[in-house]
Amino acid sequence: MNLAPIWDPVFLLPWLAGLPLVLALALLGTLLRLRDEWLAALGLAHLATASGLAGAAVGMPPPLAAPVGALLGAGLKYLTGKGQNSAYGVMILAGWSTTLLLAANTALGDALAHAVVDGQLYFAGRLEVGLAWLAGGLVLVLLPVLMPHLLRARFFPDHELANRLPIWRWHLVFDLLVAGVIAVATMTLGLMAAFAFIFLPAMMAFSGARSWRGTLIASGIIGGLAYLASFVLALALDQPFGPLAVALLLIGLGLARLRPRLNASGAW
Amino acid sequence: MPAVSDGATLFQAQQWVAGYADPVVGPVSLTLSRGEIVGLSGPNGAGKSTLLRSLLGLARIHAGHWETRPDLVWRYLPQRPVRPAQAPLNGTEMLRLMQADRLPPPARLAAKLDRRVDRLSGGEYQLLQLWCTLAGPGDVVLLDEPTNNLDPEHGQFAAQAILDRRSAHGTLIVSHDADFLARVCDRCVEVSS
Repeated sequence: MNLAPIWDPVFLLPWLAGLPLVLALALLGTLLRLRDEWLAALGLAHLATASGLAGAAVGMPPPLAAPVGALLGAGLKYLTGKGQNSAYGVMILAGWSTTLLLAANTALGDALAHAVVDGQLYFAGRLEVGLAWLAGGLVLVLLPVLMPHLLRARFFPDHELANRLPIWRWHLVFDLLVAGVIAVATMTLGLMAAFAFIFLPAMMAFSGARSWRGTLIASGIIGGLAYLASFVLALALDQPFGPLAVALLLIGLGLARLRPRLNASGAW
Repeated sequence: MPAVSDGATLFQAQQWVAGYADPVVGPVSLTLSRGEIVGLSGPNGAGKSTLLRSLLGLARIHAGHWETRPDLVWRYLPQRPVRPAQAPLNGTEMLRLMQADRLPPPARLAAKLDRRVDRLSGGEYQLLQLWCTLAGPGDVVLLDEPTNNLDPEHGQFAAQAILDRRSAHGTLIVSHDADFLARVCDRCVEVSS
């Protein structure tokens, strides 16, 4: 294992680009899971990929083009209503089909599609760092405002309707926030890595946490640790970041599922 | 919607007919004042829940004369409270969500508040939802089958909680349990489709 690349300044920008994104994804993932909308994240990531490639085909920077598709997807998700798995399935297929057709028919698209599917975080530059910190900052500012409204809407959906409170705007802002963060994350971390960081930390946190606050903290810690470990290991072992990050998160999920059984058997 | 002029009256309805695409229930005439507990009784399928939902705008009022105080805050316990399969919130967080954490909860409930709501029994979750509805700020409390999932002992606890909080608001209760309604209500209105 060669640890020397870790200290190379050239990898500082990718590291700075990924960190706020994985924390934002892990936090958003808890709300998506509670709302039974985690599949939407995969649909939005596919649409962001297709949009990023379409942007590249017309000379637009992919990180700026990707949010267009994701935001259109968020609009579709909002209009079709909450928890519409069929709509998410359509988003996934539309994004996948468009991505591969663009990749097959443009030289730049082919290279970019491979980079996004492989999850090449190490290509991230100043633009990605700027967008990532903007996305992370928006999550930090908006989530505490949105959270009580979204939780109340989940557990007491009739309360806001009965009192004629404008709950629609909280749902819409949340959908747009998720779409924006996923778009930037997809272009920076890779498609499946972005989905994994929104899906798996929340899944692990949900099974073990004793409170909502604990769930948020656990999800953030799991996402952050998985990111640091996969960043270092991918460099040291010369592996693609995305698949390695997903593999580490899946190992974490397996250990988390095994632990109660080990506890029960007295082996832990 | 016209406003009632009597200071204590929260709302009054005359010849109230409610439903969805078509009328389901009514006509019913009803007045509710602060501090009052009124029951809606009737056989299954009579439309009692539809009446409650029409008050909240969740079902349609087809006919009748209707007056309410302006800016009423409504609180509503549905017949089947939402309960996601995985919900890692504890009871204290749930009460805070509904601003129902400013009053000390009854001892029986307080002992369960540090547990995740998805790990409470059906009856415990129903009591938590009931207290969320009763203990927060509101003018009118609508309870749809509040004794669902409750054994007789927990039903007694629910009745006491409703009576303890009666002065804070006007309460309208739908229940198929005639004994429960007789225990907590000042009067009952029979509903038929």
